[in-house]
Amino acid sequence: MKNKGLKIAVGMSTCNMAAGSRKLLERLEKESLDAELSTMGCLGMCHAEPQIRVTDADGRESLYCAVNPAKLERIIKEHLRGGSPVEAWLFNANEGDGAALLTKQQRIVLRNCGRINPESIDEYLANDGYKALEMVLKQNNPSEVCETVLRSGLRGRGGAGFPTGLKWKFALKERRDKKYVICNADEGDPGAFMDRSTLESDPHAVLEGMTIQAFSTGANEGYIYCRAEYPLAVAHLKRAIAQSEERGFLGDNILGSTFSFHLHIKEGAGAFVCGEETALMASIEGERGMPRLRPPFPAQSGLFGKPTTINNVETLASVPWIIRHGAEKYAAIGTEKSKGTKVFALAGKIKRGGLVEVPMGITIREVVEEIGGGTGTHRKVKAVQMGGPSGGCIPADLLDTRIDYDEINRTGAIMGSGGMIVLDETTCMVDVARYFLGFTQLESCGKCTFCRIGTRRMLEILTRICAGDGVPEDIDELEELAVQIKNTSLCGLGQTAPNPVLTTLKYFRKEYEEHINDKKCRAGKCVNLCSYEISEACTGCTVCAHKCPVGAISGERKGQHKIDQEKCVRCGVCRDVCKFDAVKVI
Amino acid sequence: MCGVNMGCVCDIKKSVDEMIERVGSSVEMAIPLLQAVQSKFRYIPKEAIEHIASKTEMTETKLYGVATFYSQFRLEPVGETIIRVCHGTACHVAGAEGVTEALEKRMGIKDGETTADGKYTLESVACLGCCSLAPVVSVDGEIHAKVDRGSAVELIEEREKA
Repeated sequence: MKNKGLKIAVGMSTCNMAAGSRKLLERLEKESLDAELSTMGCLGMCHAEPQIRVTDADGRESLYCAVNPAKLERIIKEHLRGGSPVEAWLFNANEGDGAALLTKQQRIVLRNCGRINPESIDEYLANDGYKALEMVLKQNNPSEVCETVLRSGLRGRGGAGFPTGLKWKFALKERRDKKYVICNADEGDPGAFMDRSTLESDPHAVLEGMTIQAFSTGANEGYIYCRAEYPLAVAHLKRAIAQSEERGFLGDNILGSTFSFHLHIKEGAGAFVCGEETALMASIEGERGMPRLRPPFPAQSGLFGKPTTINNVETLASVPWIIRHGAEKYAAIGTEKSKGTKVFALAGKIKRGGLVEVPMGITIREVVEEIGGGTGTHRKVKAVQMGGPSGGCIPADLLDTRIDYDEINRTGAIMGSGGMIVLDETTCMVDVARYFLGFTQLESCGKCTFCRIGTRRMLEILTRICAGDGVPEDIDELEELAVQIKNTSLCGLGQTAPNPVLTTLKYFRKEYEEHINDKKCRAGKCVNLCSYEISEACTGCTVCAHKCPVGAISGERKGQHKIDQEKCVRCGVCRDVCKFDAVKVI
Repeated sequence: MCGVNMGCVCDIKKSVDEMIERVGSSVEMAIPLLQAVQSKFRYIPKEAIEHIASKTEMTETKLYGVATFYSQFRLEPVGETIIRVCHGTACHVAGAEGVTEALEKRMGIKDGETTADGKYTLESVACLGCCSLAPVVSVDGEIHAKVDRGSAVELIEEREKA
């Protein structure tokens, strides 16, 4: 054993494990190295998982990305045993792809994610953990903390963008015997996973933010409402709460002060509408998660009828940083009305997908093309879907829109919780609209008639258009229903449900018209409205013939292949696997 | 026997009593109680609801109201292995529908159904939060990344062999 005093951390977030990190950890455990073996969360580079970080005795850090069992054997032999890092495989943050990925990012929420072991409170403490709480308790002035958060310009990161400091002030003002705080960790937008990653990778940051939230609003009891689909996040939160209680950061008389705060976890049970604050509170109270009218607002009458402050995970994780560095430093980042940083979950047709945290004010193009590296194929970006089912599709020619609440609203999309799904020419915009309406229709709680039935009618029309049975009046009917649903729904779910249809109609109306009038789906997605053909660009590599699930492709090796239109089910697999762009939609 | 693998009605009652003791019996505990029932029996047997209603201030109507509102709860038994195909936005644009279709064909059931031998249940889920690795499929909680029609079917076939 030559190499001593090593520290090895294996990425064990849900995404890392999906990419196969568990096998790597098991292999390292068997190796009996003279090293400290631990785990880390998600670095945000999901396109290059699983990851392993090796810290040599002299402090040199080596990050290996996209490690597989074969690669690991060489890392063990040359680096862990031999002492020389496998230079060719090291992630380089200073040049090439690594620099493109990181240069424009600024990490506040994700400051510790993938840097520390999320199961260790000591590692959090070693990285200025709970210092902000100490500062706040020492000054002992809740209204001053509310002012600081207000001055920082922090706005709710769950999507609505309400000033956090103002929300806290409203709750502080209430003179009641009992108040609550809630962390909304019911990250339901399909395509958004920043809250999962933050909770899994840095749970103490959220706990610290929540304890400050409770102190500043005069609450002494809190709930974290977390999605049941995130079991690892729940496990890490439970452990973190136990550790914090043991060290006196939670519980009675925190850090010797007169402030006491008790925290519970409530697991959601799978209802998207529970992301809406009044529905979420109904769910904690053990009821069906149905929204209710506001006012009264939660700050006056929330959980169990008591004043309640609800903030999202990302918002709360920003708070300790703001306290430690000062409101002015946070407010110096971003645009006039959108301050600080925002985390985006970059996915879809993108080369470097994952979590990115950027200062407000940079453009969507910078995020997608520079940080994300574009589509990573010869295909161009067609649109970016932002804000999930409540948001919309921003077309490629508006990619220079800045990341700013108001500027994004002007496009018809919303900042939302930060899902950013990149779409290319193989994505049918009518199908995307149909997909989202299918989602909202299923998730509508049923309380408001237009949301319950109107979304169903919209879905039926969109399904009909995608099946090739659309009629010219369909577009008008969609627009009419959209307005009615928006105007007559009680909560955000219904009020925003038509957005995906409205934005695709605004920017991609031609595609709707082609589906209806020409019975054609240019993206090759709607099976009744397209067929595939192999062009002369075919090199006869045979990959498509092997991959075709119905054996519809024939041809000689090195000769142009042909699709049997009778057998073809138009699944598009041949186009996806073709490296020569030879498969065309006609 | 009541048709539950776990045993008969008296076993259910005994388990539910323990859960009420551990979780609590107040109205706000409706969801955690049903979650405890489902985590033990893998679905919510009718007898469990009846027993909770008899032991707490919650009525059967209230419990069914909650159990049918949230998509997590199942009122029918499920297969030994649950296969969940993620249909989040990223998975959708990357071909999740094709993955479900291929699995339906291989298993001879529709989305949401259980195979006749009780081995597998196929489900769609809204989003598993692994969007950069889309499409993803979870087999008994273990998430598999970048799945396509072929590899999804292989997941089942590997299990069959093992």
